[in-house]
Amino acid sequence: MRIVFKTDYMQDIRPWKDIYQLGLYLILLVVVTTAPWWLDDFYLGELTNVLIWAIAGLGLMILTGHTGQASLGHAAFLAVGCYANVILIEAGVPFLIAFPLAGIITGIAGVTVAIPALRLHGIYLAIFTLALSVLMDDIIVLAEPVTGGVAGKYLGGVEIFGHLVDRWATPDQFFWLVLGVAVIVTLGYINLLRSPLGRSFIAVRDSEVSAQAMGVDIAQTKTISFALSCAVTGLAGALMGLYAGAFNNETFSVVISIQLLMMIVIGGLGSIHGAFLGAIVIGFLPQFLSISKEYVGAVIGGNTVAIPGLEFGIFGMILIAFILFEPMGMYGRWLKIRTWFELFPFYRKDMFKRQKSYLKTERLR
Amino acid sequence: MSLLEFENVTLKFGGLTAVDDLTFEVEEGEVFAIVGPNGAGKSTVFNLISRFYDPYAGTIRFDGHDLLQVKPSGVAAYGVARTFQNIELFEHATVLQNLLVGRHRHRKTNLISEILFTPSARRQEIENREKVEEIIDFLDLQAFRDKMISGLPYGVRKVVEVARALATDPKLLLLDEPASGLSVEETTDMRWWIDDIRRQMGITVLMVEHDMGLVSGVSDRVLAMADGAKLALGTPTQVQSHPAVIEAYLGKAS
Repeated sequence: MRIVFKTDYMQDIRPWKDIYQLGLYLILLVVVTTAPWWLDDFYLGELTNVLIWAIAGLGLMILTGHTGQASLGHAAFLAVGCYANVILIEAGVPFLIAFPLAGIITGIAGVTVAIPALRLHGIYLAIFTLALSVLMDDIIVLAEPVTGGVAGKYLGGVEIFGHLVDRWATPDQFFWLVLGVAVIVTLGYINLLRSPLGRSFIAVRDSEVSAQAMGVDIAQTKTISFALSCAVTGLAGALMGLYAGAFNNETFSVVISIQLLMMIVIGGLGSIHGAFLGAIVIGFLPQFLSISKEYVGAVIGGNTVAIPGLEFGIFGMILIAFILFEPMGMYGRWLKIRTWFELFPFYRKDMFKRQKSYLKTERLR
Repeated sequence: MSLLEFENVTLKFGGLTAVDDLTFEVEEGEVFAIVGPNGAGKSTVFNLISRFYDPYAGTIRFDGHDLLQVKPSGVAAYGVARTFQNIELFEHATVLQNLLVGRHRHRKTNLISEILFTPSARRQEIENREKVEEIIDFLDLQAFRDKMISGLPYGVRKVVEVARALATDPKLLLLDEPASGLSVEETTDMRWWIDDIRRQMGITVLMVEHDMGLVSGVSDRVLAMADGAKLALGTPTQVQSHPAVIEAYLGKAS
């Protein structure tokens, strides 16, 4: 059992609990940074994909996990970020400027959506954002001169200080780019959560009335949350465009929105870890399934016919299992395991018992 | 000038008059209690001060400011803090985080400085924590500092809510039934705390309470209400022996 004695306010303000925990995260960072040297190109690509999904998950986590506003429309913002990035690059803007600009443009798009969305709660907000996701498909087709419509757009590598960063030609450079973005976004997120604004997000999520009585402007807070969430999602969208290379109106479909939301629920709502854990599940599940399908096929005798919808079926079952048995997601489960070891043998079964299961916005208003 | 002034305030929900031409003042430094049977409009008075409702007529003035000119979130900035009858804490946050939300009205940093966590944001955090620790000490909440609200017993939640309101550094503290659901012992604690809040911190307290023991023990003046209107206003003994109050609670002697 490890007990941290607090003798200084900074111990609570620092993002890490003690030197030991900081060390673990630094080791993790080093291991991941050196991945291009110990992973082959295929798995490096997969890892890159996981990180991109994690960034998108962080974006949605701000809005859904911490501000309690369910969104089924985040694929639309991925699309905005992706197209903004590509169109700016095609216009001759260097990537290092186009990329953050794409984030800002998506953030502004988020604010315009937030203004009508402020009046909506729970399921109504989910439906509104779902409609947004469907709408984006048509908008991309209709705005053909800008977006390339159904034919889509193609983006090869980008240049950063004369270095070619491309998914296929230089996968390790691309990986480091994505990792860098993920680390910066995560650090910003951690800072946000330990400052007044992050806490006001949580306040809005848990009780709007009392947040208001504490001087938190609900409309303003939600709008900022939408803006930040969409900006981060836009960055992820821009990276996704780079990763995919070619994309059109169907790349960012409603399915992606739903997958994103499922991802953060499985990972654990309301935690930064949750976005990463969920992304690992989303990213590696297809690989895991195809490998196990071959294995099962070999065992039962050569039947390796593709089963349509298998991936989504299993995904759905995992989601249902999590909502039923572990509403706090994978991160919640990890916390329980860790507490069990830390308190051994004093862990009680009802230690993490909650009165409400998950999203407060589930209450229909 | 009084700290809080209600002047001919009327509030109607459709045909129902929830608050009927109510006039009263709360003086600085006093403990003022509002009593009355269920549905008398006591909590509605609180919600009017918090600006959750717009009155149909009348003015509400706090510390010289017209409260009707501000948004619900602007009331806290003038120095009004409140608790709720059915505890409204931030369930999935720790006690410390809840109290720190109370410091929100003193926020001086902006979005950029918070995301970068600049030295000024750090200084502000330390200041906030110093203030919050004082309140944790004051209300004996040390044992629960890092606990999630969702795992706390009812009595502790009640105290945390008072603590969160105190963290805003208010001039006026609105307590909506601070003793409801508390044990006799906890009620006695609450009584001494209210007394200390007034004496040590110099905060004016306005409370709605049914427990007449608590009301007469701690309050300077009492307002009795029934059906949204004022029945009697005076010291606890005056109000308790007022014929109209006895009638409202017990009915007319035949």
